[in-house]
Amino acid sequence: MTEQSEDAVIRCEGVWKIFGKRANEAHEAIRKKGLTKDEIRDQYDCVIGVQDASFSVRRGEIFCIMGLSGSGKSTLIRHINRLIEPTTGSIFIEGQNINDVSQKELRRLRAEKIGMVFQNMALMPHRTVLENVAFSQEVRGHDAGERTRNALRAIEAVELNGWETKYPDELSGGMQQRVGLARAIAADPSILLMDEPFSALDPLIRRQLQDKFMSLSAEMKKTTLFITHDLDEAIRIGDRIAIMKDGVLVQIGTPEDIVMNPADEYVADFVAGISKLELVSAARIMEPLDAYTQRRGPLDIDTCPEAHPDHSLDQLVDLSVSTQHPIIVKIDGKSLGVVTKNALLRGIKGEMPSTEQAA
Amino acid sequence: MADEKTFNILDPFSSVDLGIADSADGIKQWAISNRDIIQPIKAVFNDIVVAIDTALNAVPPVIMLILITLIAWQAAGRRTAIVVGACLVALGFLDPNAWSLAMTTLAIVISAVIACFIIGLPLGILAAKNDTFEKILRPVLDLMQTIPAFVYLVPVVMLVGIGNVSGVIVTIIFALPPLIRLTSLGIRGVNPSVVEAARAFGANPRQILLKVELPLATPTILAGVNQTIMLSLSMVVIASMISVKGLGNEVLRAMGRLDAGKAIVGGLGIVILAIVLDRISQGMGQSGRERGHRHWWQGGPVGLFLRMTQGKNKNETTPPRTSKTSAES
Repeated sequence: MTEQSEDAVIRCEGVWKIFGKRANEAHEAIRKKGLTKDEIRDQYDCVIGVQDASFSVRRGEIFCIMGLSGSGKSTLIRHINRLIEPTTGSIFIEGQNINDVSQKELRRLRAEKIGMVFQNMALMPHRTVLENVAFSQEVRGHDAGERTRNALRAIEAVELNGWETKYPDELSGGMQQRVGLARAIAADPSILLMDEPFSALDPLIRRQLQDKFMSLSAEMKKTTLFITHDLDEAIRIGDRIAIMKDGVLVQIGTPEDIVMNPADEYVADFVAGISKLELVSAARIMEPLDAYTQRRGPLDIDTCPEAHPDHSLDQLVDLSVSTQHPIIVKIDGKSLGVVTKNALLRGIKGEMPSTEQAA
Repeated sequence: MADEKTFNILDPFSSVDLGIADSADGIKQWAISNRDIIQPIKAVFNDIVVAIDTALNAVPPVIMLILITLIAWQAAGRRTAIVVGACLVALGFLDPNAWSLAMTTLAIVISAVIACFIIGLPLGILAAKNDTFEKILRPVLDLMQTIPAFVYLVPVVMLVGIGNVSGVIVTIIFALPPLIRLTSLGIRGVNPSVVEAARAFGANPRQILLKVELPLATPTILAGVNQTIMLSLSMVVIASMISVKGLGNEVLRAMGRLDAGKAIVGGLGIVILAIVLDRISQGMGQSGRERGHRHWWQGGPVGLFLRMTQGKNKNETTPPRTSKTSAES
């Protein structure tokens, strides 16, 4: 974590949020006596929102927080722009502790540096699309010409041109959320907070908006914290994923990590239904060439199909169906390892055969 | 049957006299002794009420009738304007004096409603923002609405004297509560996620109030204004007891002379005025959605006037179209 922190745009350190009048006492009790969530609720009448969350998001990274409803993920994301104050812990935005800044500075950060998209859109019904998108610049007192220009650019980026003078309730749900996205990017902030932005939309529109968001984010390189309850969405969008359960970040890792090495039963249950075909690479499931030759004797490399370590299981399956031989994984002509049919099948099931041999 | 001093456990109330009425009467004494300070302030407010009255009565009735009808058209649409126009014609023909008396009553009502708005809106906002304040304010508002007007009529007259200003004060006491209540209700009813979004985009508390909460609470606040207008009108007869002129005074005098005919004429005048003011203020309270999201100046007589004067050259330069083409080029 420390080596990342220099480039970390968002960094949370030991963030706790306990709701209730006796939050501090409750926190003390957890630290000293290790009370559980239920004991805290019964003895202190407090609800734990976030428990000791630490993570950092690198510049340009899309960091997904995945959890079911009530897991505290929406509470956690609201700490980043200090819509909620933590009970303890610190949140750093580009090295600046956001809980130390003045209200005035905080408002500047919110308007200029951090864009936010909400699950329920939260557009202002009495304002046109253009006025909604220009809101953050309006409260900063930017002149009308400039903010209209920026707002129109954002509206164009989400392909809503022609709808500027319409009101939110004249738009469909998907279009409303595109307005929400345009509002978040209008002031060109470096950080985007997405609180389940696509959850309320139907699957087809959700897919379209995910694509739109991914192409936009590739273009704009914004550091993004993305909240979702949908693991497929997290895997599709996220560079890294954090799994959250009962206020605790259970596991943080790349989509491949999470799927192949679930940290506990809970995560394992989650990822059980996820297809590994696109996610897992050849490098993950291959057996080192030496180990293979020791075990099975020499291999006639020339007859075997070749694959790159980055090839997905899906591509390996295509190679494998046309031959009886195992697949050789090569990089720059150098053979690294072997993927047998059995290893491939186990990989698709989510097991990694090479680990037990390596150990 | 027993001596007054005897204490009976089954009826303790008749034998104990705490002297509340006497000490409350002290308010009257206090009011009388402070009259000198009040008088100059009273004069200023009286001038305002008289000025409104004079202005309303200075306009020839037909011009005034057309003006109010146009306002009704602007605020609430053509159909309401027709109703309002018809009502005003009926009011004029009720009695040769009816129109001028109605204008005087209107002046009192307008003064009272403006004062209610100036006092009520900030109090309503405060009540919406602060639970403790709301908790303290609520019984006060209950008291203002339920206490019989005759109870505070006397202290007010002692303090301020008879006339328009006392009439307006008495009216304010009775008509203010719904405006405060509905302002608070309207602001509390604003979707919290929209307020959160405004915070998340860097709005300060004042901007949240002015740009988000008040605009979204406007229909509820205007419903409060409508209630305040109605309650003000219901006070005109009582206010006429402290020498406030107008339709209420007609009713009061007719009652004194048992002149049922005149009382009915005065009463009908008040009812007609109530209908007119109710329709206009309800029209203003309509949400943008019901108007098809147009701005107020795009409809009604003002819209007609603008369309006639500016005509075609406005249609050619709709802002988004031009900016879109410039963004593409």
